[in-house]
Amino acid sequence: MTAADDGGTTTLVVRVENKAGVLARVAGLFARRGFNIESLAVAPTDDERFSRLTIVVGVDAAPMEQVVKQLDKLVNVVDIQELNPSASVERELMMVTVRAEPEIRGQILDLVRIFQATVLNVGYDEIMVSLTGSPSRVDDFEGLLRPYGIVDVQRTGKVALPKLVKAAPDPLAP
Amino acid sequence: MNMNGGQALMKALENEGVDILFGLPGGAILPVYDPLIDSSIRHVLVRHEQGAGHMAEGYAHATGRPGVAMVTSGPAATNIVTPLCDAYMDSIPMVVVTGQVPYAAIGTDAFQECDTTGITMSVTKHNYLVTEAADIPQVIHDAFYIATTGRPGPVLVDIPKDIVDPNNPRSAMEWYTPDSHDLPGYLPNQAGDAELIRQAAKLICEAERPVLYTGGGILKSRGAEALLELAELTGIPVVTTLMNRGGFPDDHPQCLGMPGMHGNYTAVTAMQEADLLIALGARFDDRVTGKVGEFAPLAKIIHVDIDSAELGKVRRPDVAIQGDCRVVIEELVKALKEMGGSEAQPDRNQWRSRISGWQERFPLTYEQSKGDELLKPQYVLEQLRDSTPSDTIVASGVGQHQMWTSQYWKFNHPYTWVNSGGLGTMGFAIPAAIGAKAGRPDRMVWAVDGDGCFQMTAQELVTAATEGFPIKVALINNAYLGMVRQWQEMFYEERYSEVYLTRDVPDYKMWAEALGCVGLRVESPEEVGPAIAQANEINDQPVVVEFRCEAEENVFPMVPAGMSNSDVVVDPSQRDQPR
Ligand SMILES: Cc1ncc(C[n+]2csc(CCOP(=O)(O)OP(=O)(O)O)c2C)c(N)n1
Ligand SMILES: [Mg+2]
Repeated sequence: MTAADDGGTTTLVVRVENKAGVLARVAGLFARRGFNIESLAVAPTDDERFSRLTIVVGVDAAPMEQVVKQLDKLVNVVDIQELNPSASVERELMMVTVRAEPEIRGQILDLVRIFQATVLNVGYDEIMVSLTGSPSRVDDFEGLLRPYGIVDVQRTGKVALPKLVKAAPDPLAP
Repeated sequence: MNMNGGQALMKALENEGVDILFGLPGGAILPVYDPLIDSSIRHVLVRHEQGAGHMAEGYAHATGRPGVAMVTSGPAATNIVTPLCDAYMDSIPMVVVTGQVPYAAIGTDAFQECDTTGITMSVTKHNYLVTEAADIPQVIHDAFYIATTGRPGPVLVDIPKDIVDPNNPRSAMEWYTPDSHDLPGYLPNQAGDAELIRQAAKLICEAERPVLYTGGGILKSRGAEALLELAELTGIPVVTTLMNRGGFPDDHPQCLGMPGMHGNYTAVTAMQEADLLIALGARFDDRVTGKVGEFAPLAKIIHVDIDSAELGKVRRPDVAIQGDCRVVIEELVKALKEMGGSEAQPDRNQWRSRISGWQERFPLTYEQSKGDELLKPQYVLEQLRDSTPSDTIVASGVGQHQMWTSQYWKFNHPYTWVNSGGLGTMGFAIPAAIGAKAGRPDRMVWAVDGDGCFQMTAQELVTAATEGFPIKVALINNAYLGMVRQWQEMFYEERYSEVYLTRDVPDYKMWAEALGCVGLRVESPEEVGPAIAQANEINDQPVVVEFRCEAEENVFPMVPAGMSNSDVVVDPSQRDQPR
């Protein structure tokens, strides 16, 4: 499944204690309970005691309530936020190296411009670019580059934060 | 106070109130066995580390206090994996300390190194690899807290040798007494939601055919008294799962006994016909539900459990209450009293008379042995039940003998049944009985064991003999891995494959004597009573009584695996009874 099938996935943002073996505990729990991880990103938080895991789980593959409750039982898991794609802002980073003989390099640079991607490195017949965007935009970009010949691609898996409240508070409210 | 990590470990265990430790030393844990000599904690030297783990479990079963085992690294750690898994499945509070190779050697495939925390991650509630001597007091304090609170379970603490070895500077530390826990992700909640409890009370007051479906959570929460009050206030019949035998007295008129695969007909059928199941500390295990989709099809569900992951895991409840069973039951009793108490309960005479009809038509039954037939195991258990004090603690192995024990014993006191339910671990009985005796030396402790099970952990009888635990073993010798034989008879067209153990090898009487026990052998019904009486008199030595039993006896009733509970197979003599 690709990130474009967002309807079929849920994103869990899991705050864990920053301790040895915590990732193994989380990954082991998914394996043992037969839940599938679509993607996983790990990063430190502003509080060095904790790390944040962003886990994309296929919702068809697992009863989400069980996933969350079993995760929550891990002693090192501090809290879990379930992020529905429509209620969150999601980003993913892709780095990709594409075939780019001098005569078609211009076409690829066109795509880079349209997607506001970044050129990272250029070789005599290849070019390396990066794009940060919503998972579906990254999918689109990857799809458009594919016919030129993708030599190497790395995607981080998505990270997400909940969307912010739009309506300003009622100034007359107490 | 300056000390080394090994001394700190012993002091930390003492501070947690540990009075007995089951274990066996070896290279990596050696430094801790030295300060043990000066400790107030009694150590019981086992003959196999699996024994240490099951003893710790038996101790916890019988006392409610966490059992503690200590073993070395590598093969000792792997030997204790089975008890950890057993304790995990049955929510037994237990702390296991394992030795580990020195911290700097971890990851190098050092002698007797194994990835103990990795191996045990999925069979412990939590585990630790301690890296600094200074962490020992806090980790031990946290380990006991985790093992005993919330849904109890086993916690393993892996300790590299260098941080407990006085000859290594890494073991030097300053003692401190931890006064809090550093567990930001662990906040066990006891109390149930008041509104949900009120909703549950309302459902109870509306139900015409309710059943209290009570599991191990009753015993874990020390909730037997609260359950009795709830049952008597409402008059609702009670089924006690394999994990809650003794949590509600079998001699109580409302007690229907054990449900499930080998439960009695009435308990199974009452749940099938119920319009409300009040599940208290029970987890809708497949051995109870049979085919889940056809389990209790008419029933609304109230589900109370300390572990919110159990709520809705198997069956979606109508009212789900996360909380400690005892606390929630007490609140439920209050709510019911506010609604009018027993006056507010509907007339359930019809339900009661249907239940007593089943009880009359489908009691547990077996045919007494005739002529020169060998003993019937059910007869042995009835005799044992009737000639021991009612607060006798019974530990059992896994197999037919386990089911017969649960069926035929009368459990009238909590914490008298010590058993491996979730994992079904053959070999559990003897070490668990030793652990129970260690925790309750005032009680008579009988292990009921199968001949297959006995051969898995009999060596712990040496521990019992030398360490002074005069347990008694009723060995049901049916010459077979009987439970498996029964399945092959019923579901594999009597094609028996690798289930015959032989009748006379080993010679159990001689073996018992060699292990330091009194060995008795019983072959005829008249000898059963006297042999039990003789065993009951012996208090300075363990006793093994070999009961030579019929091989062909089967456990009934039975719900074949994967079938609906409505298709429960009763004893052949009852098959023409109207249901
Ligand atoms: C460690 C282990 N191995 C295998 C099994 C599968 N098993 C369940 S019951 C049983 C037979 C037990 O035989 P015995 O102890 O003689 O008891 P019986 O059924 O004859 O009473 C077996 C092999 C198990 N539960 N545990
Ligand atoms: Mg047998």
